[in-house]
Parts: sequence; structure tokens; C-alpha cells
Amino acid sequence: MNKLNIAWLIKMAWRDSRRNRSRLFLFISSIVLGIAALVAIFSFGYNLRRDIDQQAMELIGADLVISSNRPVSAEVQPLLDSLGDRRSQERSFASMILFPKNEGSRLVQIRALEGEFPYYGALETTPQSAGVTFRNGRQALVDKTLMLQFNAQIGDSVKVGEVTFEIAGILNKAPGQSGISATVAPAVYIPLQFLEQTGLEQKGSRIMYLYYYKYDAPVDTKKLVEKLEPRLEKELLNAETIESEREDLGRSFEDLTGFLALVGFIALLLGSIGVASAIHVYIKEKLSSIAILRCLGVSGRQAFLIFLIQIVGIGFLGSVIGAVLGTAVQQLLPRVLQDLLPVEITMGISWLAVMQGIGLGVVISLLFALLPLISIRNISPLNTLRLSFEETSLFKDPLKWGVYGLILLFIFGFTYLQTEKLKEAAYFTLGVLVAFLVLVGIAAGLVWLVRRYFPSSWSYLWRQGLANLFRPNNQTLILIVSIGLGTAFICTLYFVQTILLNHVTLSASENQPNMVLFDIQNGQREAVANLVKNQGLPVLQQVPIITVRVEEINGLTAAEVKKDSTLGISVRAFQRELRVTFRDSLTDSEKIAEGAWVGKVNTSDETIKVSLEEGYAERIKVKVGDKMVFNVQGALIPTEVGSLRKVDWNRIQTNFRVIFPEGVLEEAPQFHVLITRVPDAQASAQLQRAVVRQFPNISIVDLELILDILDELLDKIGFVIRFMAAFSIITGLVVLISSVLISKYQRIQESVLLRTLGANRRQIFMITALEYFFLGALASGTGIVISLAGSWALAKFSFETKFTPELLPVLVVFLLISALTVAIGLMNIRGVVNKSPLEVLRSDV
Amino acid sequence: MTTILNVQNLTKTYQGSGNTLTVLDNVSFAIEAGATVAIVGPSGSGKTTLLGLCAGLDRSSAGVVELNGIRLDDLDEDARAQVRNQHVGFIFQNFQLLPTLTALENVMVPLELRGERNIKPQALDLLDKVGLAGRAHHYPAQLSGGEQQRVSLARAFSNKPKILFADEPTGNLDAETSEKVVKLIFDLNQDAGTTLVLVTHDNELASKTQRILRVKGGKLVSDEWLNQSLEQNELF
Repeated sequence: MNKLNIAWLIKMAWRDSRRNRSRLFLFISSIVLGIAALVAIFSFGYNLRRDIDQQAMELIGADLVISSNRPVSAEVQPLLDSLGDRRSQERSFASMILFPKNEGSRLVQIRALEGEFPYYGALETTPQSAGVTFRNGRQALVDKTLMLQFNAQIGDSVKVGEVTFEIAGILNKAPGQSGISATVAPAVYIPLQFLEQTGLEQKGSRIMYLYYYKYDAPVDTKKLVEKLEPRLEKELLNAETIESEREDLGRSFEDLTGFLALVGFIALLLGSIGVASAIHVYIKEKLSSIAILRCLGVSGRQAFLIFLIQIVGIGFLGSVIGAVLGTAVQQLLPRVLQDLLPVEITMGISWLAVMQGIGLGVVISLLFALLPLISIRNISPLNTLRLSFEETSLFKDPLKWGVYGLILLFIFGFTYLQTEKLKEAAYFTLGVLVAFLVLVGIAAGLVWLVRRYFPSSWSYLWRQGLANLFRPNNQTLILIVSIGLGTAFICTLYFVQTILLNHVTLSASENQPNMVLFDIQNGQREAVANLVKNQGLPVLQQVPIITVRVEEINGLTAAEVKKDSTLGISVRAFQRELRVTFRDSLTDSEKIAEGAWVGKVNTSDETIKVSLEEGYAERIKVKVGDKMVFNVQGALIPTEVGSLRKVDWNRIQTNFRVIFPEGVLEEAPQFHVLITRVPDAQASAQLQRAVVRQFPNISIVDLELILDILDELLDKIGFVIRFMAAFSIITGLVVLISSVLISKYQRIQESVLLRTLGANRRQIFMITALEYFFLGALASGTGIVISLAGSWALAKFSFETKFTPELLPVLVVFLLISALTVAIGLMNIRGVVNKSPLEVLRSDV
Repeated sequence: MTTILNVQNLTKTYQGSGNTLTVLDNVSFAIEAGATVAIVGPSGSGKTTLLGLCAGLDRSSAGVVELNGIRLDDLDEDARAQVRNQHVGFIFQNFQLLPTLTALENVMVPLELRGERNIKPQALDLLDKVGLAGRAHHYPAQLSGGEQQRVSLARAFSNKPKILFADEPTGNLDAETSEKVVKLIFDLNQDAGTTLVLVTHDNELASKTQRILRVKGGKLVSDEWLNQSLEQNELF
């Protein structure tokens, strides 16, 4: 047979699979869940993208939105008034509100609205008409979470600044608002005409100015924005269109789905390792059949192709099952993720996702199966005569390295497609490789150690159980790698969540400030401090804050920097507003990293030496001695970078990127921040009430509330991650079960032989239990050590916090996985010990 | 008569840990087409190695093997596989049937490999000749040892080989079954005019061939012509 007869190869693959199909399916079952996870995520991603595309109009609510974080100048106002056929405007800012009925107060997002906005979609309110009618009188729409929290009813009053509004309706949903954003900053809509009377629109307040436009006839807003851009940029105005909203939102959710796809991909990788191990055992068992075929004249390539076709076929079948399961699972994802989503998700079958999942499943099962499959080429026909002195080398084939390379390339490629970041894709691939190598190293080391220091004095059962770890056909490597990787993954997820929560709760621990009052005007400074003190609370910090912008860096303006990209300075450095302070000394959360601290300017002609936070200085490419000009509300102030500071941002206190020395900004428009610590919720509520009553413009951030929200947020995100991680965990179990079941075919003969020689049930059980306990304990122990190391590195380098793992849950995971491994191993051997040896020997095992 | 198998100075060594093991040492002989030859010798004498090299299942360390005029030592494994498919039939001690194929499919494989069509009647006919027409659709696990060896025989003759190599063909069978299988081997061999080379330590079986090559310690120690005619097979 000179040429490859594909039809015959397929026929042979089919024939050969006849008596192995259930086993082949068992092998491939490891990838089913991984594919299901990915198809679910991909489908969800595509459906989300489609929904964002379709609902982008409702999300933005207008054809064009122009926004600014400062009042627009008189020069640009005519331009803003000339755009659109219909116009609305909004001022949005954080402020306290007060419910007079029960004296409840809370920081909210005030949205002062004028006009018919939204032009697309609606403010969803109860009653429905309130979304329109509140604009006509002194009425407000209050977010449903606030209504619930303060037990408020429609018709009650709510005080915003100096003005009391009647609650016209409950705000259920506003354009572009997701469940989470409503929790973090619940919205209260008021008519814009009453904003001035509230007294909240003061200099230094952080107000966002929004202008909404609707065109009656279709207009190419993209072109329009391109035309307006130079003027908008000059005035630091930002423009959004339906198209840009679609892209921005799409991009951020691509990041989310990309991340979730990576979590699913880990499940698939884990399953693939299971496939590789199962196929390895399968091919070993097929050695004799392959040798016979080679005797009859089948070439190495043909023999390889026969089994390759089998694997592709079974991989395809497994992937189809995975895709069907994934399509079903995706129906759950919107429920899991709904609080994070700004759009209504419509779930349908995404054929693209299904095709991708099937393709991915076939490719990955093929890639991982290639490792054992390429050994087929080297199986000698001599094996039929059983005189092969030279053992068929399954590992010394140079092609194996090529396959390993392909696998790494595939992992890197897939990760890159999900993240679109080369560095992250490389780190992910490297991480997988390192974890894999560590586990392989540990498995090899264990086998070596057990052999080298074999405890000959132990009882027979212990020796037999231990010897099973290194005897031919052992499952040590694959079980340690699969169980170890699974454990490492589960534990890392758990540790990261604890690190995040600890990180936050640590900040809120005793003696740490937990309440921040901001927007305190110059004239209110003393009075607010006295009010706090009168409540028996400490004034831990009180600092002035001035809003500035960078005008020049080493003589270069924004325009010049934009022209010369080789400078490496981002134009953003000039566009962003900075909140700076002035003082004569460092706080205990700061340290000088470079240069010298200058706390005071004594004469007007003295060089003003500012101090920059080192990370900020690095971002804008500035070093000690460089010149910077700051625009302080119109006045240009030339300075020199005198020092760089290392700042501990984890402390709850005001920290600044730029600090001026005393004697420069004292007369600049400013507001103040006061930080205190309240002992309990009652004291917190009491202070908030008193402040809101006397100083309605002052906003209060209650850290306990933020912690609660963060906790809730982390819980929701954690649930999403746990949901995806569940695929990995179950895959780990499937791999474990299939690995143990595969070893059944190898172990059964010797167990029967032991039975024949007189071993009783207890002894067989004991030997098996010990073997699997050694495997399970070592694998899960190694996985835990890897996750501890990884989590420590994450805590130190990424979260910059301490890592103190809780040992009890770790111990539970260790015992659970070890016990599970033993249980599966014992279940496996049950069939042997419950039957007579003859019965087992006679049956075709 | 033409020479079907020509072996010259054949040597096979294995590199062990630190030492070299010589399994075959400078063996030479030639076999005429249509002859029946037995290779005999005690366990570990190198007879199976010799068979493997003659059949192109392995490569020699030195020397020449020429099968039907083709030098096997010049060929790579895939080319030797093609030679085996075209010219060689095998019978093994442990039958070596493909466990996932039925008896009929096992017989059909060599023909399918040659790309032949309408092979089913031919394979069924062969099974009929070995008395297993009724077991065509049974898997090896459903057949007795003797039946498996008969299927193996049918398979060996399916590609009409020029030479048939048999490695201890009765080693796994009882006396009665052995007798039947040996008769079948010689009958089919005679019908097809095939050269038969069998490895055995059973002197009685060896005595049924025309020539006995004795191997000991990897060397050919005697080449005995029994002067039997093919008709002697009629003894069975």
C-alpha cells in the first residue's frame, strides 16, 4: 500500500475503537467541562456584544454627549448651544442627602437634569410617569436601594443641600446604570432649575457637566465629533457618541469575558493533561495490536494515523457534548453576572461560539494526544515476537519537544487572543509551565526518594502501597500533576479573595480612620472641626485641597508633547486635574525616596520646590530637578521637583501625588478634608445627621458602608469566579476519576494475583488506600504549596500587602482531596475484591 | 529452483549497560523457493531473533538478508513493511490477532492493505479452508486457542505470500489441536507453493520439514537436509 488510503484508515480506526469506545469516551470526558465553560463564556460574550450593539442607544440615551469636569467657558457655550435639534443638560456630583422623616443620611450621586433626556430608552420609575413629571416641580427621583435602606415612601421628603424635594417616584433603572453602580453610588435625580438653590454648586466642588443632544434627522456623529475635536480638546471637553459607547463598553466587557475565558481555559488545560495521560496508557495497551499491524505491512505513519483519527473523532464527540452543555450553562451566566451588566441580556445559541468550542476541543485533544501518539511511529513489529530488548522509547523522541513547543504556543496564542496583551499572555503561559514543571519535578523526586530510601522494615502492606508509586504502569506523575494543578488553582482563587478582603478590612481595623468629610469650604473649616470634636470624636487629619493642572513640564506644553511622541510623556499628564495640598512636613505614611523635602517657601522669589509621589513622577517622566508649571485655577505657578516620595496608599488618610510647600497656595480657591474615627454605626449616623443639617454641602464617606459595599461587590465577583472555577474543580475530579479508572486496567491483574495468593479483602483495600493516600496527599500538598507561593507573590508584588494564609481551610482542602483520591481508588478496586479471583480472571478485563 | 531467502554473515548485537550482547553471530544460509525449513535450538539460542531478521521485522547489526531478491538491510522500516505485506506471511506462538477485529476482518486486513477490492469472498473461502466459516464474525476473545491459530493461518495465507514465517506455531496449543494446526500449515503451504520457515524447539514438528537449521549460542551449528519430499506431508 504505497499511498495513504484514508478510507481504509478511517475504517480501521472505527474497527479498532469498537471494543474501546466507552474507555475512549472516559478519556475525552475530561475536556467536556472545559469546552462547556469556554462555549458558555464565548456565547455569553457574543450575546453580550450583540446586546450592547443593540442597546447602545438606550445606554447613552442621546446621539451625542459632551462632558466636562469643570464649568464650560463662555467662549465654547455658543458651540454647545448650536449642536443637536433637542438638548438636555445635567450636573452630576456626589453629595449627602437627608431623609427628614427618619433623619437618615447618605452620600449619593446627585443628577440635576434639565430637558427631555433620555431621548432613547427611559428613566425607569415607579410610577412610570414620575420619570417625566419630576422635572416640572420641586420633586426628586430616588434610587430603589436608597428607598429600601431608609424605608422611604413616594411622597416623602428628601433634603438635598438647602432644598427639600418631594419624592415623585422610585428610580429603578437609569441609562447605562448597572446593579453594582447603583449600589456604590445610588442616584437621586432632581430638576436642574433647583440646583443653585441647594447651594451645592460651589467653587472646588467635583461636578460633572453633561450636555445631551438629539438629532431629528440622521447625522454622522462620528464625523461631527472628529470635526469638533480640536475645539473640544482645547476646552478639555469629552465627547461620546452611540458608536463610541458601543466600542468602549464592548471593550470593557471583552476584558471581563477574556478573563473568564482564561479561567475556563485552565479547566480545559487540566482536562487535556488528563487526556494525554489516558491516551498514553491506551497506546501502551495497544502496543501489541500496533506491532501486529506493522507485521502485516502497515507503515509507522499509517499506524499513527489510525489512532490519530480515533482521537480526532472522540475529541470531536467530546467537544460537541461540551458545546451542548456550554450552550445550556450560558443560560445561567446572566443570572450570575446580572449585577455587573448595564444591558438586558438575551440568551440564544451562538453558533460561532459552538464552532469555536468544537474547534478548540478537537485541536487541544489532538495536541495533547499527540504526545503519546507520536510514539506509535516507533513501535517495532518485533514486539509481536516479544524479543525487543531495547524498550520502545516513548519519551526520547525529538518530535516530542516539537509537540511540547506547539502546546506552549497554543496556550500562549489562546491567552493572547483573550487578553490581547503579549506580556500577560507570556506570564500566563510561563505560570502554567512553571506549575507543571514543579509538579513533574516533585513527582519524579518522590519516585526517586521512595526508591532510594525505601523503608524495607515497614510492614508488607505499607511497603506494597508505597512501592506502587514507582512500579511499572504507575500513575504517580499524572495524578500528581492533575490533582496538584487542580488544588493549586482552587486554593489560589481562595487566597486571592482573602487577600483582597483582608487588605480592605485591615484598613478598617481599630484605630484607623473610618470617616472622611470632604468639600469643606474655607469658612466652614473651624466650625466643622468643632462640630466633630463636640461629638466626642477626634480630628485625625484636616487638610486643604486645591485643584490644579499641569501646564508645562520642562518647558513643554501639552501641544508640544503631543507633536513629539519620542518624549514618552503622555498628554494625559496635562489634561488630568490634580488635587494637591500644601504642608510643612511629611506624614507617617510618606518617606522621601529621592531629593530633599522642602516644607516652606519664605520669600516670593525663592524657587518653589514641590514633592511628587514616585509612581506619578515615573508615569509623567519627571525627575528631581525638573521644572513644572502648574495652573492653579488660572494662575500659572512655576516650580521645581524638589523630592520624590514613597507613599503608603493603603492607609486611610489623604495622600497626594503632588505636595506644595507652605507659603504658596494659601490664598488659592480650596476646600478641606477632615478625617475622623467613629466608634459605631450610631455615632456615625449622629455625626452625619449633624453635618448634613448644618453644612449640607459637605459630603461624608462612611468607610464602614464602603466596606460593606466592597464586601458585597467582592462577593458577587467572587461568585462569578467561583462559578467558573467550579468547572476546573469538577474537571479535576473527572481527571482524577478517569486516571484512577485507567489504572484499574493495570492494577486489576496484580490485585487478582494477590487474591489468588491468599491476600484478603482488607489487605487489598489497605494497599490501594495507602497508594492513593500517598498520591492524593502529596499532590494536594504540592498544589497548596504552589498556591501559597503564587498568592504570596501576588500579595507582595501586585496588591502590596501582607499575606497571612488561614491554615484551617487549607487543611480542610488537603484532607478533602486526599480522602477523595483514596475513596475513588477504593471504589475502583471494589469490583476485584467482591468477586472470586477466577471470575475476574475469566472476564475480559 | 530459485533462492527465496539468502542470509550472509548475519550478526545481531545489543548494547547493554556497559557490555555488548551478541545474539546472532555470523550466520549464513540460503533457502530455495517452495522449501520447508525448521530453525531449531534451545531457549535463548537466537532462533527467534534469526526469524525476525529474516522476515524483516528487525535490522541486523551486520550481514545481509535478501528476501525474494530484495536486500532488507538497505530498507527503512516502512519499506520493509511493504515487503512484508507483499511477500511475507506470519504465524505466531501467541496467535497475534487484532483483538478489536472479527475473525473475518483479521483475515481481510493484509488484502485491504494491498488496496484489493471484493476481498470478502476470498477471506471467507480461507476461513472455510481452516474450518471456521461459521465463526467469521466472532472476535478473537470468543474463539479458543486452536481456533485463533487457524484464523491466524488464514490471515497468513490471505496475501498469497512467497514465504511464510512461523514462530512456535503450536507452542500455546494442546497436542491434539497442535496436530490439526500443523497439518493445516503444511496443507495450505503445499497448496499455495509457499516457502515455509518455522522456528520451533519441537523436534517432531521440525522433522516434518525438508531441512533443519540448528542454532546454538547465536551460531548456526548444523544444516541438516532430511531429503523429504513434499509428498511426505501426506502422512498427516
